[in-house]
Amino acid sequence: MSLLKVTHLGKSFGGVKAVDGISFELAAGELLALIGPNGAGKSTTFNMVNGQLKADVGSITLGGKELLGMTPRDIWRLGVSRTFQIAETFLSLTVVENVQMALLSRDKKLYSFFTRAAHYKRDEALALLEQVSMKSQADRPCSVLAYGDVKRVELAIAMANAPKLLLMDEPTAGMAPKERNDLMALTKQVASERNMAVLFTEHSMDVVFAYADRMIVLARGRLIAGGKPLEIRDHPKVQEVYFGTGKTFEKPALNKEAA
Amino acid sequence: MKAICIWLGLVEIAGVAISFSKLTLVVEFVVMAVVLVARPWGLFGRPQTPSRHSAKAEDPLKLPGLINRYASIAFIGLLVLMPTLTAESPYLTVLMIDLMVATLFAVSLHFIMGPAGMHSFGHAAYFGLGAYGAALLVRKLGLSMEMALLAAPLLAAVGAFLYGWFCVRLSGVYLAMLTLAFAQITWAIAFQWDAVTGGSNGLTGVWPAEWLADKQMYYYLTLALVAGGVLMLHRFLHSPFGYAMRASRDSVLRADAIGINVKRISWVAFVIAGAFAGLAGALYAFSKGSISPETLHVSRSIDGLVMVLLGGIQTLAGPIVGAVTFTWLHDTVARNTDYWRAMLGAIILILVLLFPQGVAGFIKQQIQKWHDRKGNVKEVTG
Repeated sequence: MSLLKVTHLGKSFGGVKAVDGISFELAAGELLALIGPNGAGKSTTFNMVNGQLKADVGSITLGGKELLGMTPRDIWRLGVSRTFQIAETFLSLTVVENVQMALLSRDKKLYSFFTRAAHYKRDEALALLEQVSMKSQADRPCSVLAYGDVKRVELAIAMANAPKLLLMDEPTAGMAPKERNDLMALTKQVASERNMAVLFTEHSMDVVFAYADRMIVLARGRLIAGGKPLEIRDHPKVQEVYFGTGKTFEKPALNKEAA
Repeated sequence: MKAICIWLGLVEIAGVAISFSKLTLVVEFVVMAVVLVARPWGLFGRPQTPSRHSAKAEDPLKLPGLINRYASIAFIGLLVLMPTLTAESPYLTVLMIDLMVATLFAVSLHFIMGPAGMHSFGHAAYFGLGAYGAALLVRKLGLSMEMALLAAPLLAAVGAFLYGWFCVRLSGVYLAMLTLAFAQITWAIAFQWDAVTGGSNGLTGVWPAEWLADKQMYYYLTLALVAGGVLMLHRFLHSPFGYAMRASRDSVLRADAIGINVKRISWVAFVIAGAFAGLAGALYAFSKGSISPETLHVSRSIDGLVMVLLGGIQTLAGPIVGAVTFTWLHDTVARNTDYWRAMLGAIILILVLLFPQGVAGFIKQQIQKWHDRKGNVKEVTG
């Protein structure tokens, strides 16, 4: 049985259908890549799954439970973590405190006033950081890290509640090729160790072909193809969206408008 | 708007007489509050990006080291000895009480401004609610002074609870304006509700209990409550709640994505800050023996802001240094020159230009530089 089930999901912004009735499924332990040109509706889909955006129509279920209408924080408590396109961490906290913060929230300790947060489950936080090879920088402020390292810290934060599903919005954006491969290899390893499903959007086709088990392609809000990476690469519709047909000049212009 | 209020005069709506002419003082602020509550981003505005923090990221909070602890203990010890050491100048004791009350006020404002990132322009509301609360409980309800001192902060907390619910839904300058609007409304009520608050004359005869009538005794009471309050607020900052506050300020998106209810955390922070400002207000009321709408006036909110910024918003000692510097300057300058307002303004301007990170921020920076240099020397020689 699949873990995440999205059916006929739709969302419009002022009359423009950003996401237009898409459906897909995701099984535990699977890495599913969501690709498509700019403005295809990838981020919108993403933000609907984690509750940040409210869908107009359709349904999203996690292990049979409807997520539509829930807040991001409640969806997180059900086991859906995410990383952001532009990494979001707590800059005035140290690396390890960032992870401890997530542990405190997981254990519902946010409203304790007299204990010291800096001592809370430090070992567990360090173990999570070790997984992403950031343990050596645990006590540095998050604000002084290199961007690739911030992304890894974000991954450690996301792992704190042992998620069933991890959402990664362009996990490798802004990273050097070497860093990209490291991060995705790490993600893949963690996913298979914990039998965790990963849904990620990605621009770099190298990353997608190397790490995704399966992929789905969005264009102008619609799902145009889905399958194994190699099948997709040779799919005529996908090639049309990515490279154009070469027959007209209007198509690219329209694409831009939709973006 | 004011003309309309005067023209309407006394109108009966659904059997309740409403005197519109009394609204003249607040009508702008009532309109502003209504607009901001109904349309959080202004009449034609759009939602702001979900970031409340644009300045350079603050340094992580360190647990107080041994040196800091000993320094704090020594400092409090000095304050305990103060009245005996300066027995020949009783005015100093009175001034010290003012300094401590200002300190608690500034520290409570810093609590929501700094770590929680909510810039309040109306913190005087909670100070005033505490002061009026204490006075009214003693005068109208005949409560003992001790009980009033306990209950007044709760009253301020209730005010912060109500106002805060609306305020935490906003951010940035909209939040600042709404806090200001609420504070002005509170001030206008105190100013015009003659029957209860004594109007512009305020309330007199708000004296402490007999055993505290002596200024020295009152000094010790203030010291105990202010030191306790400041230590407690600092303790909160190191607690999971304090971390959640800073996390919510740093990144609303990330906080929400790891299960932190950002609005509720902000709301609780608002109420806590309100309660401690209320305690400061109550202490103030009993130290003066009388209160007037001045305690609620916008200039007190601004004084609080100046204290926090003068000391340095990114340090915990900042509001304490700021409050002491500001209040002491205010007192000294006002006693020595006729043009004290201009003088005070000029001095603060110079201080802010000299120490853009605040006085305490500057000292912290110098200590850090000195540490770095020492570290470098060690590395070179070692």
